Amino acid sequence: MARSADPVVELDNVQVHFNDTGFIDKLRGDETIVHAVEDVSLDIAENEAIALVGESGCGKTTLGKVAVGLQRPTGGTIRYRGQDIWEAKENGRNSEIPYSKIRQSLQIVHQDPGSSLNPNRTVLTSLEVPLKMTQSEMGADAREQRIYQLLEYLGMKPPQDYAHRYPHQLSGGEQQRVALGRALLMSPDVILADEAVSALDVSLRVEMMDLMHDLQEVFNTSFVFISHDFANARYFAGKVGGKIGVMYLGELVEFGPAEEVIRNPQHPYTKVLSWATPTLDPDLAAEESMDPPVRKIDIPDPVNPPSGCRFHTRCPDAREACARESPSLQRGETDSLVSCFRMDDQHEYWNSDPFEGDDDPTEREHAGEQ
Amino acid sequence: MSDSSLHSAGSVSKPDTIFEVENVSVSFDMNRGHSRVVDDVSVEIERDEIIGVVGESGSGKSMFAAALLDAVVEPGLLSGEITYYPEDGEPIDVLSLDDDELRRFRWEEVAMVDQGAMDSFNPTMSIEEHFRETILAHEANLEEGMDHARELLAELYLDPDRVFEAYPHELSGGMQQRTLIALSMVLKPNVIVMDEPTAALDLLMQRSITSLISQLRDKYGITVIFITHDLPLVAGLADRLGVMYAFDFVEFGPTYDVLKDAAHPYTRALLKAVPNTLTPLEDMRPIDGDSPDPVDVPRGCSYHPRCPLATQECIDSDPSFYEVHGDRERLSACHHWEDAAEAIPYSLSTEERV
Repeated sequence: MARSADPVVELDNVQVHFNDTGFIDKLRGDETIVHAVEDVSLDIAENEAIALVGESGCGKTTLGKVAVGLQRPTGGTIRYRGQDIWEAKENGRNSEIPYSKIRQSLQIVHQDPGSSLNPNRTVLTSLEVPLKMTQSEMGADAREQRIYQLLEYLGMKPPQDYAHRYPHQLSGGEQQRVALGRALLMSPDVILADEAVSALDVSLRVEMMDLMHDLQEVFNTSFVFISHDFANARYFAGKVGGKIGVMYLGELVEFGPAEEVIRNPQHPYTKVLSWATPTLDPDLAAEESMDPPVRKIDIPDPVNPPSGCRFHTRCPDAREACARESPSLQRGETDSLVSCFRMDDQHEYWNSDPFEGDDDPTEREHAGEQ
Repeated sequence: MSDSSLHSAGSVSKPDTIFEVENVSVSFDMNRGHSRVVDDVSVEIERDEIIGVVGESGSGKSMFAAALLDAVVEPGLLSGEITYYPEDGEPIDVLSLDDDELRRFRWEEVAMVDQGAMDSFNPTMSIEEHFRETILAHEANLEEGMDHARELLAELYLDPDRVFEAYPHELSGGMQQRTLIALSMVLKPNVIVMDEPTAALDLLMQRSITSLISQLRDKYGITVIFITHDLPLVAGLADRLGVMYAFDFVEFGPTYDVLKDAAHPYTRALLKAVPNTLTPLEDMRPIDGDSPDPVDVPRGCSYHPRCPLATQECIDSDPSFYEVHGDRERLSACHHWEDAAEAIPYSLSTEERV
C-alpha cells in the first residue's frame, strides 16, 4: 500500500470493472468484463505530486478518475478528508462534507484542451463560469479583474487581449493554460492532469509543467499527473519531490520517489518503460539494446488478464511461480514499493522453473490503444 | 527542368545523393497576409541514410515532407526544384511529373507513412485486400508481392495470417501503424518519408517501431526521412539530423555531433528544453519567447528575438550556412555559432556539461 500521514484523498483496495458486453453477447448470455483497475490503494497528501505512468489501457486514467470522484469504483472505497465520496453523494445533505464541496475540490484537466473548452465562448466567459459558482456574491467588475490577474499569472499577456479571444484563436499551449486556470478557479485540493502535456510539442512541455509547479505552490493544490511518457512523469514529479506510480493492466506494480523509480527501476516492467524512453546522450544510446526486453511487444487484452502476475506473459524474468501466484507491493532494496517476487529472497520463485511462454490461442491483443 | 538547374544538379551533387531540394518554398495566401510555410529550403538527402527532420509544430516540417512528393494541397503554392536520382537511370524532376507518373513515383520510388494509420486504411476492406489492391494497381507480380508482404509483416512482429484476415478496426493502434509501414514497403520503394509515424502510440511501441525501421533500412537498403517534433525519439535512430525553425533548416549534422555539441542556439535551447530521464532536473529550461507567426516572420535571422546571442547583424542579415569547425557535414545557420556553446550550456547526462 502507498500510504501517507494526512491524506486529502484515500483510495483503499479500489477495483474498477467495466461491463463491455455487446447486445448480441447479452442475448447469448456472454459477458465481457474489462478489468480496468484491480485492488489499488493509494493516498494523496496535501500539496503532493503523483505521476501515474503506463501503456494505454493500463488503467491509469480510470484510477485517476476514481481519485477525483469521477468514476465510481466497483470495489473498495475512496474518501475525501475521511468522507466516503460515493456515500456523500447518496446521503446528500446529511453528509458530513457535502458532495458539492467534494466535487469542487477535485478537478480535472484533459489531454485535449481544444475540445474541453467551449468553442463559442471567449476565454473570459469560460473562466467566469467557475467564479460564478464558487463566489456568487462577486460583482462583474471584480470578477473580470480576478480573471485578468489569473491570465497574467498564466503567462497570457496582455490579459485584456487574451480574455476576449475564442479557443481557436489560441495555441495548444494557451488553450491548456486556460483549462488549467478554469480548474484552479474552483480552488481545488486535487487536480487530475490527464496527459495534460502530451499534446504539446516537446519544447513546450517543461514550460507547462513549470507553470503547474508554480501554481501548486501558490494554491496549495495536489496533482495527479497521468502520462504514458516516463520523461514527462519524471520532470513533473521529480522537480517537486513527488512520486511515480507505474501501472500495468490495472495494477500498481511500482510506487516510489520519482528519481528513485527513474534511476533505479526495480520491477521488470518499469525497466521496460525505462528502455522504451529514448536517451539523448548518443554514447549511452549506443550501449542500449535494440531489442525490447519483453517477450511480446503487444499488450494482452484486459478482458482476459493473465493469471498470477499479470506481467508474466511479457516478463523476461518470468518463472512458473509467476503464472500461479499474484505478487503484492513490498519494499525491496530501495525506497520503492514493488510488486514482484524478485524482491523477496525467500520466495519459491527462485526455485521455480523458467516460464516457457504460452501461446494461448484465446489471448486477444488489446485493441484500445490511443 | 531549366538549363541552369540541370547544370547545378550535375555539378554540385555528389554521386550518392538521392534527393536534391533547391530553393523550395510553399506559400499560402491568407486573409491576414501572405504566409510562407516552407521558406527557400535547400537540402540534399543521401542514399540509404536515415535523416531525422526535427522541428516544433508549425515549423514547416510536414509541409517539407509533402513538397518532396509534390503533395502540397491546394491552395498551397509549391516552387523551387526537386530532383530525385534513381540508382540507375536519368534524374527525375519531381515537380514536372504528370499525374500518372506522380502516382507511380509516390509508391514505387518514394512511399509515405504518416501518423493517422486508421485514416490510411479503407475500413470496409481486409488488410489482405489492401496489399492485393496496392500490388495490382502498380502492375507488380501478385505472388511475389504477397510473399514480400508476409515477410515484412513477420519482421514487424506481426502474424501475417491473422493480420491479413483482419479489418483495420480489429487491429490495435500499434499493429495498424506497423501494418501501414509494411504496406508502404510492399512495392520496394527506395525512400520512405515518415511524418510523425509513432506520435499516437505508447512509448514502448514507439521505441520498438524505431528499432524496426533501423533494421528494415539495414536489410533492404532504403533511405528514410523521419519527421518529428520529438527530438529524443529520433536521436537513437537517425544518422543525420536536420533541425527546422521558422520554415527553414537552421542546422545539419551527424546525429552524434548535433546532440553532443549543437552549433545553433535554437538547437541548444531545444536540447535543454526536452524532458528526458538523465539530465539533472534543474538544468531543464523552457525556450524563452514565442514561436514565430508564418505571416510575420522576424526579418534577418528568424530566431533573433529569442536568441541570447543576437546582435544587429542578426537583425540585418539572414545567415546562410556556416561550416562548423571547417567540417562540410556540419552546418549552422548562425552568425555566432562559435559562441553558442558558451552562451547556452547544456548537459545530456547526469555529470558532464558541454
